[in-house]
This record gives sequence, C-alpha cells and structure tokens, in this order.
Amino acid sequence: MTATVGQQAQAAARANDVWKVYGSGEAQVVALRGVSAEFERGRFTAIMGPSGSGKSTLMHCLAGLDSVTRGTVSIGETTVTGLGDAGLTKLRRDKVGFIFQQFNLLPTLTAKENILLPLSIAGRKPDPAWYDTVIETVGLKDRLDHRPAQLSGGQQQRVACARALVSRPEVIFADEPTGNLDSRSGAEVLNFLRNSVREHGQTIVMVTHDPTAAAYADRVVFLADGEIVSELIEPTAETVLDTMKKLDTAAEVGN
Amino acid sequence: MFRATLKSLLARKVRLILSGLAVVLGVMFVSGAFVLTDTLGRSFDSVFADGFSEIDVNVAAKPKVQVNEMEGEQTVAPLPAALVDRVKQVPGAASATGVVNADGARVIGSNGKVVTSFGPPQLGENWTGESELLKLREGRAPQAEDEIVINKALATAAKVQVGQKVGVLTAFESKKRDFTLVGVFGYSGDRDSIGGVNEVFFTTPVAQRLMLGEPDVFSSITVQAADGVSDEKLRDDVARTLGADFEVKTGEQVAADASASLKEGLSFFNKILLGFAAVALLVGTFLILNTFSIIVAQRTRELALMRAIGASGRQIIGSVVLEAIAVGLIASVLGLAAGIGVGALLAYLFGKLAGGLTLAGIGVPAAAVIGSFAVGLVITVVAALLPALRASRIPPIAAMQDVATPDRPLTKITVAGSLVTGIGAVLLFLGLSGNAGGQTLSTILGGVLFAFIGVALLTPLISRPVVSLLGAIFSWSVPGKLGRLNSGRNPRRTAITAAALMVGIALVTGVTVILDSAKGSISALAQDTIKAELVIAGQQGGPRPPTFDPGVLDQAKALPGVRLVDGEYGDMARIDGEGTWVAASSDVASLRQIFGAKPTAGDIDRLGPTQMLASSDTATSRGWSVGSTVNVQLTRGEARTYTISGIYESSQLTNPVTLPVTAAKDFAIPQPIQGFIQLDPGTRVSDVQPQVEALLADSPEVSVADRDAFIKQQTSSLDGLLTMIQILLALAIVIAVLGIINTLALSVLERTRELGLLRAIGLRRSQTMGMITVEAVVISVFGALLGVVVGTGLGAAVVEALKDEGITDLILPWGQMGVFLGLAAIIGVVAAVLPAVRAARINVLGAIAHD
Ligand SMILES: Nc1ncnc2c1ncn2[C@@H]1O[C@H](COP(=O)(O)OP(=O)(O)O)[C@@H](O)[C@H]1O
Ligand SMILES: [Mg+2]
Repeated sequence: MTATVGQQAQAAARANDVWKVYGSGEAQVVALRGVSAEFERGRFTAIMGPSGSGKSTLMHCLAGLDSVTRGTVSIGETTVTGLGDAGLTKLRRDKVGFIFQQFNLLPTLTAKENILLPLSIAGRKPDPAWYDTVIETVGLKDRLDHRPAQLSGGQQQRVACARALVSRPEVIFADEPTGNLDSRSGAEVLNFLRNSVREHGQTIVMVTHDPTAAAYADRVVFLADGEIVSELIEPTAETVLDTMKKLDTAAEVGN
Repeated sequence: MFRATLKSLLARKVRLILSGLAVVLGVMFVSGAFVLTDTLGRSFDSVFADGFSEIDVNVAAKPKVQVNEMEGEQTVAPLPAALVDRVKQVPGAASATGVVNADGARVIGSNGKVVTSFGPPQLGENWTGESELLKLREGRAPQAEDEIVINKALATAAKVQVGQKVGVLTAFESKKRDFTLVGVFGYSGDRDSIGGVNEVFFTTPVAQRLMLGEPDVFSSITVQAADGVSDEKLRDDVARTLGADFEVKTGEQVAADASASLKEGLSFFNKILLGFAAVALLVGTFLILNTFSIIVAQRTRELALMRAIGASGRQIIGSVVLEAIAVGLIASVLGLAAGIGVGALLAYLFGKLAGGLTLAGIGVPAAAVIGSFAVGLVITVVAALLPALRASRIPPIAAMQDVATPDRPLTKITVAGSLVTGIGAVLLFLGLSGNAGGQTLSTILGGVLFAFIGVALLTPLISRPVVSLLGAIFSWSVPGKLGRLNSGRNPRRTAITAAALMVGIALVTGVTVILDSAKGSISALAQDTIKAELVIAGQQGGPRPPTFDPGVLDQAKALPGVRLVDGEYGDMARIDGEGTWVAASSDVASLRQIFGAKPTAGDIDRLGPTQMLASSDTATSRGWSVGSTVNVQLTRGEARTYTISGIYESSQLTNPVTLPVTAAKDFAIPQPIQGFIQLDPGTRVSDVQPQVEALLADSPEVSVADRDAFIKQQTSSLDGLLTMIQILLALAIVIAVLGIINTLALSVLERTRELGLLRAIGLRRSQTMGMITVEAVVISVFGALLGVVVGTGLGAAVVEALKDEGITDLILPWGQMGVFLGLAAIIGVVAAVLPAVRAARINVLGAIAHD
C-alpha cells in the first residue's frame, strides 16, 4: 500500500515491509505480514484494528521496543532496525516519547519529577518556556508536587503525556492511552494530544480500538491480521465505525 | 490447598533458596559444632583409652590444688619411691612400676627453637622398657645420665636423628641441657605419637630430678594384676592398703577421667560455637521474615482470589506456614549435611594442629540431628508467622483492585520497638550492674537480644531520615536519586534488611570496643606502673607459659648499668581452703621501685621464709591484716603456715598474694615466667639488651624486649581473640549479605514494569545497574551505621560496668568503625551485582507490555 500523503520524505517514522513472527513451528504466530507505512511529521495518526490484529506489535516495532523479523523501521533519519541496546537507548532518549495504557509513572517521584525524568536521565535541561507551555496545556499546575498515588487516572495519564512532550521527541507513541480511563478523562487526554499536534506540531502515533478515540486523529490506519487493510483521512467516529464493521464482515466472510 | 502451596513454592524457588540459605548456614553452624565436639571427644576417648590400655591399676597422689581445664594443667605432687614396694606387697599385684610422667619437657629443634605444642602436653618420663604399645623404632633405651629417647613425631618435628646431641628444657631446669638422642620410638599401629603428645624418656634418676625436682619420687605407680585378679579388686585392695591420701584407679578410669576433663573444655567450646550459631540464626530469622513478607505482598492478588473463591483465613495462614515448614525442612537437611562436612573438616584441621591427633570416625550425634531440625524448623516457622497472619487479613476485594498496598502507619511498630528496647536496656542494666541474682550472663544476653529486636522494630522509623540523608550523597545523579528513593520506599523491608546486617556489625563493634578498651586500659596502666626498661618473657603458644633459667636473673643483675632485677613466678594455690593465685618475686625489695608498690600496712620490702604479702583488696576480702596467719597449700609439698607481714595497695597489675621465692619450687611451674630489669639512670637500653640476650642463649623459649614491646606482646593475645570473634561473626554478616541480595532481587522482580518504563524512556543499562547498586549501598551502609551505633552503645555499657575491674578507659575504635562502614559499602556493591544484572537485562517490551 502506498501512503497518500507521505510524498514529502518528511516521515517521522516509517515501516518498510515489516514482518513479525512470534514463536516457531506449531506455536508460530505471524503478527505482522509485510506492513509498510509512513507517519508524517506534525500529524496525529491512529492505528485501529480488532484485538489481536497486531496494533501493539506494530507500534513496538516502530518504537524500537521490539525487533522485526524482516523489513526495516526508521525514525526520522535513524534506521532503527539493527541498532544495539546503546543505540536504542539513545534513540528512546532523543527521538521517542511513550504513553502506555497504564503504569506510566514512577510511584516514588512527584508529578513534576516524573515529567522531567527523561530529561534528567539524559542529563539535559528543559527549555523553560516549553516546559511552562506543556504544564499549562496539561493543566496540572497545582498538582506538580503530588505523587502518582494522589492523582486520578486521568491526571496520571496527563502527566504521562506531559512527560512524553517535554523532551520534544520526533514522535510520540501511545498504546491505548485512554484504555483505562472513563470517557470524560479520556476525552481530556485525547484533546490534549490533538492540541499538541495542532498547536506545537508534535507527531503522535496512537494505537486504539476505540472509534471515538480514533476520531481525534488526522488519519486512521486499519490493521487486520497483521496487514494494513484500509485508511481514513480526517475521520469521524461514524466513518471509523463503518470501516470497522466492513472489515469485520469481510473477515467473517473470509473465514 | 496443599497442591496450591506446593505449586507456589516451586514457582518462587529462587527467592526461597536465598532465604533458605540463611537457615542452612545457621543450621550448619549448629550441627557442625556438635559433630566437631563429638568427633574430638571420641578421639580423645580413644587416645586416652590407648594411652592407659596397659595399666591395670594406677596410683597417684590426690591433687593438692584443684585446677580446672580453663586454669591450666592439673599437676599433682610426686609419690615417694618407697611406696612402690608397698604396692608390690598387695596381694594380687603381679608387678608395680614407679613412673615419672610430667609436663614441661621441651625439646630444642635443629633450628635452635623449642618445639611447641598447641595443646597436648610435652611429657618428660622415665624409661621403663618397651611394651605391646610402645616400641623402639631405632636405637636403644637410655642408659646414661645424658641419654634420651623421644617419640617419632617429636623427632620429625625437631628434625633430629639418633646419635645427635639434642638440647632439652625440663620442668625444673629451663636452662638448656644437652643429651644424646639414643633412640626413637613409636606406637603400635604405626603411630608416631599418641594424640600428638610429645614425649622425652630419660633414665629414671634424671627424670626424677629434672621433671619432679627431687630424687626418689614418682608421678604415679602403675600396677599389673596377677592372673585371675580383676582390675577392680586389685584397685580396691591397693586403695585399702595405702589409705585415703592416694587416688587409686583402674586404667580405664584414668583414661575416662583424663578424657572427661578435656571434654569439659570441649563442651565449653561447643557452647561458644552454639552462641555464634544463635547469632547467625537471629540474622537468618530477619531474612526469612522479610522474604515471606515480600512473598505475601506480591501474592496479594492471588491470595485475595483464593479468599474470594472461598478459602478461609486459617487456610491462608496454613498455606504460608506449610511453605515455611517445607523451606525449614529442606534447609535443615542441607544444613545438617553441610554441618557434618564442616565439622569433619574442622576436626581434621584440629587434629593436624594438635600434632597428629588420630581422629575417631566422624560421627553424627543425636544432638546434631535434633538440634538441626529443631532450630531450622522453628526459626523458619516462627519467622513466617507474622507474614502469614498478614496474608490472612487480605480482603477478597483486593483481587479486583489494583495492588496499591498503602503505607501502613509506623505507630504500632514504633511503640512495640520502644517497649522491647526498653526491656533490653533494663535487662542489660541489671546484668551489668550485677543485680541479676546469679543469672548475670543470661540476663545480659537476654538484654542484648531484646535490644537487637527492639532496635530492629524502631528501624523503620529511623530509616526514613537516615536513609534520605545517606542517599543524599548519591543524589547528584539520576540513577542515584532513583536508587535512594527506592531504598526509602518500603521502610519495613529496608529496616529488616538493614537490621540483619546491624546484628553482626553491632556485635563485632561491641566486642572491639570492649577489647580495645581493655587493651588500652591495661597498656596505660602498665606504662604508668612498670618501671623496668627491659623485660624477659616469651610468647605463650600452648597451655604452659614459657619459662627461663633463674640463674639469668643473678647474671643480669651483675651486668653494668643494671640496677634492679626481679623474676616472677606464679601458681594456683589453696589458701585456707580457697583457690588463690599466688606469685613469688625473686627480689621482693624491688617491687616498690619496679612496680610502684605502695605499702598500706606492715613492711613490703622484705619477706622471711614463712612470711607473705597480700594486696589490699585480697586482704580486705579475706579478712587478713598484718600478723594474720594463713594455711597455704601449693601444688607440691606439704601445707604450710605463713604470716602476713605486709599489705600493698591493689592495682590491676598487682598479684593477690606474694610468697617468698623459696616457695616457688613447689609451684606447678617452678621456673620464672617473667623477668623485669630496671637500669641505672642514664644507661642506654640498647647497650644492655644484647648482653641480656646473650645470657638467654640457653633459655630459647624467652627473649628480652623493651617495655613497650613487652606490653604490646602481653596484650596481643586480645588481638587474637578479637580476630577469632570477628571470623565467627563474619558468618552472621554473610547471612545479612544474602538478605540484601534477596531483598534487592525481590524488589527488582516487583518493579519489573517500573524498570521497563525507565528503560523505555531512556535509562541506560549501566544507569539501571547504578540505581540498584545505590539502593543496596544505602541499605547496607544504613545497617552498618546502626550496627556501629548500637555496638558502641553495648560496648560502652560493658566497659562502664567493668570500670571496677580496671577497664578505666573507654576506647572507641574509630578506625575500625570507618572500616565497617566502608566494608558495608563494598558489601552493598557486591550484593547488588546479581540483582543489578537482572534488572539491566529486563526486556523493555516484556516489562511494559504485559496485561
Ligand atoms: N510475545 C508474543 N509471543 C507470541 N505471540 C504474540 C506475542 N505478542 C503478541 N503476540 C501475538 O501477535 C498477535 C498480535 O498481537 P498484538 O500486537 O498485541 O495485537 P493487538 O495489540 O492488536 O491486540 C496476536 O495474535 C498475539 O497473540
Ligand atoms: Mg494491544
């Protein structure tokens, strides 16, 4: 499949014929079957698909958290495939931010310390103006000295977002960031992610199985059985749902 | 339930192995101690049984002064030779032989040094012919005054051959005398010695003169029964004939008694080893408590699920306790086995050190087995009870919730800790102030135990400020800061882990404080008191102190520049029926100048043949004053009446009683042990020292040293003691290290996802390892700090209590304490290695991706 908007060689992350095979013999699972995709700079892309379709696997491979069986992955100018631990660590420090579904924060650190952790680990100072902007947008100004245990799930997830943003990574990967949140907190987090793309040009790749969440993105890529099967630009919850339904029936017919 | 327990046990085997190891080590100590002492005991039995196997009945004098194994060798007065004939007359006696057999025959090896013994006596005997047991291997029997034969092991140790001249020091002659070695003998079964005993055989008159101090006496008489007469009957007949003044025993009895007295020493040794085992086990208890607590915390969800599907609180307790029993059983078996190995090894080493003690087979006494299982099981189960109770209180709802174990408040534990510490302090006070009513030792030990447990309970509270303070050192780096935060994260866990290390370090520190203070106080006193520039003394290796030729004293006195010379003798005597240490000075008049003796009554500058001096303390406690008469029984000779002619002021260095030097011939060791030389003012020590050294050429056991060197040498035995205690306590510290490894490993496991997250946001492997290492170092340094503080407190309390015993200076071993803290840091680094590697290897994906 060829990306429609990916013509400017400006992709923040790119997968090129990526295969991922788990296990061997009887227990072999092919999670990704030749996925090629580009994720443009300054855009909010959602990866959708039914459970088990390979969304997380794709994201892990893109982020250099997992190795690919075949194909290549790159982030910005860096080819991720083939990097050693030191290279991967450097990549994660400098170019990638993460937001996970749960357990995003260190319980021993305050919200502020958690937000600044990637920078401290890398031994860098935050850009004060940018830091203020991030804090402002996340709306956590009066909660900065609280520990995660004292924050609600939505607040915790916003802290995680701020942490991902504050180092201005090339790309932020988010795996079901709202999966554990009620719809209001989820909407807050998603709004926040969208704003950071619109206002600050951040690149975000988000994995989700929730059509409402996917509707916040600029573009949705649909995965089924480890393959990219469809794509939507400027999606709405309805169009996403429709596409999903179609995919489901197609899958049932296929079976 | 049982199956579930077993399954969870297997699932957590690594964690349990580590904590089980602590029990294994403790149990090993227990069973090792029993196996060692049992093996040695049976070896002694067989040695003595062998040594006395050819004696039917033995006659000896009753000991005039009883000494126990701790005070030295029992020496008995000799018997008149005429008694042999009387014994021969007893019907049923086939023969009776007078035997000279006394400790103190020291052979000078080909290197000019005395062949030393670490325990077995160095016997000087009269040759009475070969026997079934004793056979000449080379040469012939001694016939002339200057001929000897020695046992093969001694000949080997001394590197001497038949035909050579060999120097020997004897009980009554510490001046070297040359003999011709005319024969070497061994024992049946191709043994070179019996139990490592060195033996020198002289002709009978020489043996009498040199080993017993007078002609026509024997140490004992051995009697052979005529055919058909039982040993027991012969014994009774001989005893009846001789009367009550003699000890008449069958050979078997003599062997059993000799062995029993050694075994008394062994059982004391056993108790000491068991004491150290107790320390190790105390530390192990902390470790197990911690492990089970962590396991229960980690299984909160699983246990809650069990509750949710219908398990009762009791069943939960049961499952945890069952797990503890399994761990305890396995650990006991392994510990018992390891202990048998260690005991056997130590017995072997001991046998070698003791000069070739033939070991009886390694045996496993019932006490070892029972002790191992009792200790291993009880400790494990007791330590697991608290966590088990906590597990049973987990509500079923916890299965549905996120596992956020809230920090429980520390109020209860702190109150309990204060209470227990208080009890410990009271017990210590009672014990140390001597108000424990005869239970001093157990009261003090109980106090120490309570103090340890109390401080351990208080540790969570203390840990917060101290750990953050310690951790501040590392906070300059992000991993350091994270490590510090982690170590402050679970105050209870950190506290118990640190407390385990505290116990070992506190004991070492306490002992060091006490011994250093003792050493310092004695040295200071000696420096102040002894006004002798040169001192003649030797390094005591075995039970018998080195001695020298008293003639040297007079020769030294005649040297130019020498002002005063005093030779000191000492012995245990019975004065008015009570065991008392007595001394004799070759020059009583010098005591004032050399030792600064001050009279409090009477005249202390001279001493008639039936006069004696006493220290003021002794005089007060015994109710003596100048003019009092007392009855003195020395090791040899008849009891005599002495009149107190003077009393000197007591100090730590004064002898309780000083007798005239003429009495020294009846001492167990009738030769001088130390000589003090005071020089004329202006005389250079270095001018006189070589001349005295030359005088001592024939007294190779001793040398002459300046005063400082002498004091150092005298207090150096304390250093040896300290080293031994430190080695034994090292095991407790090793166990504590296991505890740190365990805690860290469990923490790493618990924080898998957290570590994954950190790696995901850019923490390098090395930084991860650094973080774990900081956590370990903070915990271990905290433990050492606690140990140093608690140990100093305990040591200072003991020193304070011993003020009256002359430990007047409290000396704090700052250097040592620094070493302990440094050591703790190293321990932390070492303990962190495995957990850190494990943490660094955590797969980023696996850590964040699961559920
Ligand atoms: N570590 C693994 N080992 C084996 N199979 C895996 C592993 N991780 C994922 N899979 C399989 O790969 C497929 C895709 O998984 P995943 O990417 O997690 O799906 P999604 O995130 O879309 O639900 C699934 O069939 C899953 O069972
Ligand atoms: Mg997924």
